[in-house]
Amino acid sequence: MNYRQARWERETDDGETVAEPLLSEKGTETVTHEASSLPDDLTRDELTLPELSEPEVAGHYTRLSQMTYSIEHGPYPLGSCTMKYNPKFTEDVAAIDDGAIHPDRPDEFAQGTLELLYGLQAFLADVGGMDEVTLQPPAGAAGEFTGLQVAKAYHRANGEHEQRREVVVPASAHGTNFATAALAGYDVVEFPAGEDGRVNVEALEDAVGDATAALMLTNPNTIGLFERDIEEIADLVHDAGGLLYYDGANLNALLGRARPGDMGFDIMHYNVHKTFASPHGGGGPGAGPIGVVDDLAAFLPDPHVRETDDGEYELYEPENSFGKVHGFHGNWLVLLKTYAYISRLGDSGLKDTSAMAVLNANYLASQLDLEIPYGPFHHEFVASAGDTDAAEFAKGMLDEGVHPPTTKWPAIVDEALMTEPTEALSKDQLDLLADAFAAAGQKSDEELAAAPETTAAARIDQTSAARNPRLSWRDLEVADD
Amino acid sequence: MSFDIPDDLYYTESHEWLAESDGTVRIGISDFAQDELGDIVFVELPAEGDDLDVGDAFATVESIKAVSDVYAPISGTVTAANDALLDAPEAINEDPYGDGWLLELDGDLTDDLLDADDYAAQIE
Repeated sequence: MNYRQARWERETDDGETVAEPLLSEKGTETVTHEASSLPDDLTRDELTLPELSEPEVAGHYTRLSQMTYSIEHGPYPLGSCTMKYNPKFTEDVAAIDDGAIHPDRPDEFAQGTLELLYGLQAFLADVGGMDEVTLQPPAGAAGEFTGLQVAKAYHRANGEHEQRREVVVPASAHGTNFATAALAGYDVVEFPAGEDGRVNVEALEDAVGDATAALMLTNPNTIGLFERDIEEIADLVHDAGGLLYYDGANLNALLGRARPGDMGFDIMHYNVHKTFASPHGGGGPGAGPIGVVDDLAAFLPDPHVRETDDGEYELYEPENSFGKVHGFHGNWLVLLKTYAYISRLGDSGLKDTSAMAVLNANYLASQLDLEIPYGPFHHEFVASAGDTDAAEFAKGMLDEGVHPPTTKWPAIVDEALMTEPTEALSKDQLDLLADAFAAAGQKSDEELAAAPETTAAARIDQTSAARNPRLSWRDLEVADD
Repeated sequence: MSFDIPDDLYYTESHEWLAESDGTVRIGISDFAQDELGDIVFVELPAEGDDLDVGDAFATVESIKAVSDVYAPISGTVTAANDALLDAPEAINEDPYGDGWLLELDGDLTDDLLDADDYAAQIE
């Protein structure tokens, strides 16, 4: 594909050329306000803010969007991130006036909201094979944390909390698993993968014991392989008195076909931003529901939604709830998008999703001239850039008008290119992506070092950005002084 | 590529260096280690008075490529930490055996440390 990204440049008063100046660099205005009932030491009388007309602001953000790359532009195959296209109707649904309810509205006047939340709890429980689902956690990582808090509350109720100090995590797990376990106050026990890229049951036997609170696992795993020994693994953990935790990162591969609950998992989180078309992070509101088996339901966070005997819906505090992770209706509009997406697709649509996700990954892989050491894989695969630095290979792909895959992770594959096209790509887009891989593969080291040449920004100075982060336009003013 | 490995220092397999003077042992990471990590952007150090055992992860060094723990090669009590690194972590890249030192311990060198020749052989 011939590709050249827009780049809007402007010369500053100092004669410097900058790409699309910040709003604050184009115009500011100082507003004053003197009358305030708050104490003087808590208030200020004037404030300088960017001040521009609406067309200037609209133009600014449109130009920024032209100078960047998003899922709206084309393929975005970041492996394990499941960057699928979110259909626009979910935004329409979340924008309806009736969705804008006050968090503290009494239950009797929020029946529609509660009914949808209750319905979503049931949808997700069905998808995961879980008995009860909470929608409270405000992000995937918060879901993981909530899951381990439930596990902890369960062990505490059984008088085993002091004894069970460890969470077992495979070496190839997502970084969040280690972080979650540490943040929840557990010691992390890591165990290596077997030669075939799956959990080595013997290595796991050594890692699991009386001190195990939980094993965190994702299936299919990080390199897209199904953990065939999952039942044996579940027995091993359960016999040791531990709980089995499912990381929902790769649920897209299983939708409608296999359920974590049926495999023996006790707790799982759902990455609704990966699997069910709510927006990916960026600091905005998210949701990370978790599902649990019956034995753990009483420990879920407060509040939870239930149906009363007379067909109404209400919030209540589960009997042995470990406490709060959020509050009110959770991030309700995100959850509403999830509900809308699941409703639109239905059982057969969800089943098609996983089929297409797996088919697309396997078709794309078949078109690449790169080694893919582990298989058979499902919704994603990890190719090797061979003798080429994977990050440089990715830079080479940028000039082809696509986003590159995840690079250099997991470490089990040398110079890893972790690729997940998702079900959303057509064959034409997959071919485009395959061409981009081929083009990068044909470039010399010198050509890769010069790439990208067609993007608005070339090599970002990551070092300066990390050492001197400027997180607000105010920092820029300070930096200029 | 060749790396600077001063003869008068001791080394570990995990790429720390040690220098002893007047009963104080100064510790940092080697030229090879800083090169492997790439541009270092953040450092976390222990506090003065912390007691370290051999093998304790006593510092975290974060580069644009990776976050790595630094392990105590010997036991001892921290007598000084190089707090200048908190604002200028690039000193580890620019001068790993000088301004890029991490901390000083009140402790003794042990027999299992590597000399410059052994360490050079290890990273070859």
